[in-house]
Amino acid sequence: MSDNLHLIKSSELLETITKAKNELGFTLLLDITAVDNLYKSHPPFTRFELIYILRHTNFKDIVIYKVAVEDAEIGVESISSLFSSADWAEREIFDQYGIHFKNHKTLKKILNHNEFVGHPLRKDYEITKGQYCTVSQDLMDEMKPLLDERDLDMNKDDLMIVNLGPSHPASHGTIRTLAALDGETIVAAAAEVGYLHRGFEKSCENHNYNQIIPYTDRLNYCSALMNNIAFAKTVEEMLDITVPDRGIFIRIILAELSRVIDHLVCLAAGLLDMGGQTNYWYLFNPRNNAYDFLSKLTGARLTNSYMRIGGMTHDLYDGWQSDLEDVLVKIDFGITESLKMILHNRIYNDRIQNVSPVSAKQAIDYGFTGPNLRASGVAYDLRFSDPYYYYDTFDFNMVVGSVGDTYDRMMVRFEEMNESIKIIKQAIKRMPGGDINVADKRITMPSKECVYGGIEGMMNQFKLVIDGVKVPEGEHYGAFEAANGELGFYIVSDGSGTPYKVKVRPPSFYHMAAYPKIIENYQVADAIMTLGSLNIIAGEMDR
Amino acid sequence: MDLSNTHLLDEAVVTTKLDAVVTWGREASLWPFVFGTACCAIEFMATAASRYDISRFGAEVLRFSPRHADLLIVAGTVSYKQAPILKQIWDQMPEPKWCVAVGACASTGGFYDNYTTLQGIDEIVPVDVYVAGCPPRPEAILDAVMDIQRQLKREPKFELRNTEFKGKLDDV
Repeated sequence: MSDNLHLIKSSELLETITKAKNELGFTLLLDITAVDNLYKSHPPFTRFELIYILRHTNFKDIVIYKVAVEDAEIGVESISSLFSSADWAEREIFDQYGIHFKNHKTLKKILNHNEFVGHPLRKDYEITKGQYCTVSQDLMDEMKPLLDERDLDMNKDDLMIVNLGPSHPASHGTIRTLAALDGETIVAAAAEVGYLHRGFEKSCENHNYNQIIPYTDRLNYCSALMNNIAFAKTVEEMLDITVPDRGIFIRIILAELSRVIDHLVCLAAGLLDMGGQTNYWYLFNPRNNAYDFLSKLTGARLTNSYMRIGGMTHDLYDGWQSDLEDVLVKIDFGITESLKMILHNRIYNDRIQNVSPVSAKQAIDYGFTGPNLRASGVAYDLRFSDPYYYYDTFDFNMVVGSVGDTYDRMMVRFEEMNESIKIIKQAIKRMPGGDINVADKRITMPSKECVYGGIEGMMNQFKLVIDGVKVPEGEHYGAFEAANGELGFYIVSDGSGTPYKVKVRPPSFYHMAAYPKIIENYQVADAIMTLGSLNIIAGEMDR
Repeated sequence: MDLSNTHLLDEAVVTTKLDAVVTWGREASLWPFVFGTACCAIEFMATAASRYDISRFGAEVLRFSPRHADLLIVAGTVSYKQAPILKQIWDQMPEPKWCVAVGACASTGGFYDNYTTLQGIDEIVPVDVYVAGCPPRPEAILDAVMDIQRQLKREPKFELRNTEFKGKLDDV
């Protein structure tokens, strides 16, 4: 057990978390999750345990509190009064595990549909047991209290209720927002997610570690490689291994290229939403060049699955430098051209400056991370505060905004692309030789010559494919600075080749939870821009 | 006017079959509604962008109201929660209409064989063309559009399509 993990009693929960927040300085609630101990070989005293992960204001240290839940029906005290981000996190646990939270305002299902019976992440819920949904909910149960709080009445105040999504060109995927409008102004809003819930966490419990890599691709499909790397890195930390330097540098290059691609898609779509279609071509086309490079390297454009636990599938191809440099030139051109059109453009500036600002304090309270948090003026970037993969040896800057409005969120992304390009250029120059995979037969696949040439290699391959990479018993939270924010994986291993539990800390989930609050008192057209600037990726949000 | 005297109008009039005119019009002006949910929708964006340029096949008029569209392109995973919405959109589209399932998830559920993912949209709506891939390359999506164009040439022009189809949500 790591030293930052503390076991606490459920009766002490609220008190402990309050102390952690107010006295110890753990102000950013990263994630809450639960573990169902039903099938553990040495089950602890209670069936369910809750895990609270918090980050310190120095943005380096984390603390994990583990709470034994005596009775799921009675549950534990809600901490949503302390952290706004706990609101949705607790709803998710209620939905997936059926653990009750006392004094939670709207404890209802969030990822699964309203007709769903049971709690899918409980170990005794069969993975393939699907349930048809016949009617979507109207969400008025959430809207009514919101209107009452604001002392508004549908008829008296002549409000109009409008659905933005879930199938809407500007909803960027499958996000539904129910907005109450007074004229063009949003006076109250409620969001519904879960339309793209694909059972990532349940699937993880049924596949071995390397088989999970393709699933991680599809979390944030705009920067698939980054998810691969974050997951592989977390498992490697559990195995206590380090990828050889060449492997690390390849990972840095691909992670930063993915960050650029992710931001390109976000900005291209965001600018398209506000009518700047030319920007869409300028920003989207270099992304195609990047995909050409990636498909040459990995065989796939979007969902690459290039990483493996302990390294990656194969080395870079001959001539990759010139291809990559060419891509960087094209991306740079796209960014420059796009900036030429918008930077001093009054329509662009007037349209999004001071729209839906989020203060630094609020942003932390909402659980924002990544560019959205930095836009609010908080200098938090894991590559600086807790550098991994030699990031401390690269020359690049952290991009921080000031007001946290839609403008800042977009401009931070524009600048971050330039910083990422800087990192890639340095990494190309510094690329070392040598192996890309750890030299450990229990982790890395043998070469094909060994597999076809000898019984030992064949058995090695067989064991790795059938049993998977065996990860020592324990639990670990690994964090990674992904394009959208802190992407964390909380993994519980029982010592076998299949994880006992995997929980993703999805940045978008928390951004989305804040969305209905920050669009209030702004116009519908502003809300669309705000959604675009938050860069909500449904695959990562709903998992 | 007596059509046998077309020579009087010189080349201003062309005689043809009504079917042929309708087909010609339809095939070159498919108006897609993109039901984009996940990764495949990102590849659809690439299909619409200038390199792959879906407008070369007359299908660039993306409609975001199903009432304007005649081609439903389901790009991405459809969960059970999403299924009633998919059905509602399909029902709102006027006849004649076609449907393309883009990618493994829309076609069969893909590798999401689990409690939340619909195991293929053909449980809910009739599908004319399935596109393999996870996600398919933009070329494959273009090929599906061309497939629909070929298909509509072969079909009777003035009959309702898919009258026998019964989806899982049709009776509820």
